[in-house]
Amino acid sequence: MDVLLQQLINGLILGSLYALVALGYTMVYGILELINFAHGEIVMVGAMVSVSVLVALTAAGVPVALALPLALAAAVVVCVVTGVLVERVAYRPLRNAPRLAPLITAIGVSIVLQNLAMIFWGRQYLSFPPVIEVQVYAVLGATVSNIQILILVVAALTMGGLLLLVNRTRLGRAMRATAQNREVAGLMGVDVNRVIAATFIVGSALAAVAGLLIASYYGIAHYNMGFILGLKAFSAAVLGGIGNIPGALLGGLLLGVIESLGAGYIGDLTGGFLGSHYQDIFAFLILILVLTFRPSGLLGERVADRA
Amino acid sequence: MSLLEVQGLAVHYGGIRAVKGIDLQVEEGEVVCLIGANGAGKTTTLRALAGLLPAAAGSIRYAGSAVTDLPVHARARIGISLVPEGRGVFPRLTVAENLDMGAYSRRDRAGISADLEHVYGLFPRLYERRAQTGGTLSGGEQQMLSLGRALMSRPRLLLLDEPSMGLAPLAVQKIFETIRLIADQGMTLLLVEQNARLALESSRRGYVLEGGCIVHQDDAAALLASPKVRAAYLGA
Repeated sequence: MDVLLQQLINGLILGSLYALVALGYTMVYGILELINFAHGEIVMVGAMVSVSVLVALTAAGVPVALALPLALAAAVVVCVVTGVLVERVAYRPLRNAPRLAPLITAIGVSIVLQNLAMIFWGRQYLSFPPVIEVQVYAVLGATVSNIQILILVVAALTMGGLLLLVNRTRLGRAMRATAQNREVAGLMGVDVNRVIAATFIVGSALAAVAGLLIASYYGIAHYNMGFILGLKAFSAAVLGGIGNIPGALLGGLLLGVIESLGAGYIGDLTGGFLGSHYQDIFAFLILILVLTFRPSGLLGERVADRA
Repeated sequence: MSLLEVQGLAVHYGGIRAVKGIDLQVEEGEVVCLIGANGAGKTTTLRALAGLLPAAAGSIRYAGSAVTDLPVHARARIGISLVPEGRGVFPRLTVAENLDMGAYSRRDRAGISADLEHVYGLFPRLYERRAQTGGTLSGGEQQMLSLGRALMSRPRLLLLDEPSMGLAPLAVQKIFETIRLIADQGMTLLLVEQNARLALESSRRGYVLEGGCIVHQDDAAALLASPKVRAAYLGA
C-alpha cells in the first residue's frame, strides 16, 4: 500500500471537512471581527441532530435515499435557528462593546450549547447508523471508500455554492461591502443587521452540512465533539488568513493533509516515541507557527489594507 | 416646503455635544454649504443628517416627512446620499462593483445602466480603471469613485463631506468642476468644506458653524464679501 498517497487522500477528505467549518469562522470574522468560538458547537448540533433524525427515520423504515436528505434538512434548520439566536441574543447587544466582551461571550455561548446538548442527548456517543454499505475502491495502491467520495463531493458542492453566493449575488456583494466598511455599506442602503444575520444563517447552514459529514466520517457524534474540531477549523482559518474565504478553503485542505501526513509519519520520525494519536498537535503547532511568522495567514491581506 | 428642514438639531459625538441645536433648510435644487473651522461640528451635522449619528434633540424633515429616527439604510433608500469624509471606497471591490453598490437599493436595470454610462462619462478615468480594486486608486480617483457611487443611487439630496480633503490641487479642481456640473443639472447639494472660498464660490447660500452653533447665514456672495467671514475663514 502506498502510504503517502493514502495519507494524501485521507488528508484531502479530512481537510474538506475542516474547510467547511473554517468558512463559518472566517465569514463571521470578516464581517464582525469576532471569533465566533461557538461555531464548533453549531457543527456539533448539526451532527447530533442529523444522527438522531437519521436513526429515527431508518428505524421507522424510511429509505436511505430519503432519510439522508431529511436528516440534513433537519440539521440545517436547527443549526440556522441556533446560529441566528446566538447572534441576536449574545452578539448583537455587544456590537459596539470592546472586542474582548463578545469574545468572552462567544466562549460562554460555546459552553452553554455544549451543556444544553449534554442535557438533551446525554453523555453517550451517538453512532452514525450504517445506512450506506461501505465499498472500498483501490486507487494506485491506495484505497478510497464510497463514503469518502460522497463526503468530498458534498463538501465541494457546498463550497462551490458558497463561492457563487459571495461573488455572484446581490447578497454576496452586500456581505463583502459590509465586511470592508460597515458604515459605508449602510450609506449604500444595505441593512447591515440583516446582512450580519444572513452571514450567521449561511455559516450555520455550512456547519450543519459539516456536522452530518463529520458524523459519517468518524461514525459517531458526541456533545463535546465541537470543541477540538472548532479549534482546528479556527487554526485552518488563521492558516489561510482569517476573514478570507479562499484562505479558509486552502487552510482547511492544507491542515487536513498536514495532519494526515503527520499522523502517518510521526511514528517513524520520532522512532516510535509518539504514535498517530498525537495527530492533534499538528493543528496547534501550525497555529503557533503562523501566528509567529505570518500572522495575516497565507492569503490574508496586510493589515494596512483594512484601514 | 424645503426639501430638507432641520430644527434644533443637537448631536453628541465622542461624549461631547458637538452640534448644539442648529436650524437649517435646503430647497430643492439648491446648493448650500456649511463652512467653519476644524471641530466646528460640520461633519457631525452631515453624519446626523445621513443617519450615522443619532440626534440628541431636534428634528430632521426630508421631503415633507420626519426622518429623525430612520436608520441609515432607510434614509439612503429614500434618496439621502452622503459622500463621506475620507471617501469610504470599498478597497477590495472593483471600481465597477463599488459603483454597483451605489445602486444597491435600485431595481430598475435600464436606469442603472444609463446612470453608469453617465458616471463613466463624467469620470472617464473610472471607466479605464473599472476592473481595478478601489484600494489601488489614487486619492483623486477615489474621490471620483465615491462621488460617482453616490450618483448611482440617483439621490435627491446629496451630502458632500470635505470633497477636497487630502487631494492635489488639480484633483480638487476636477472634483469641483463636476460638483458644479451636477448642481447645474438640478441636484440638491449640501456641501461641507474646510476650503471656505471654494465652497462659497460653488454655492448659492452658506451657513457658518462655530463651536456647534450657526453664527452666520446668508447668500454665498454676501458671505464672501463679509469682512468677518473674510477675516475668519478666507484668510483675507
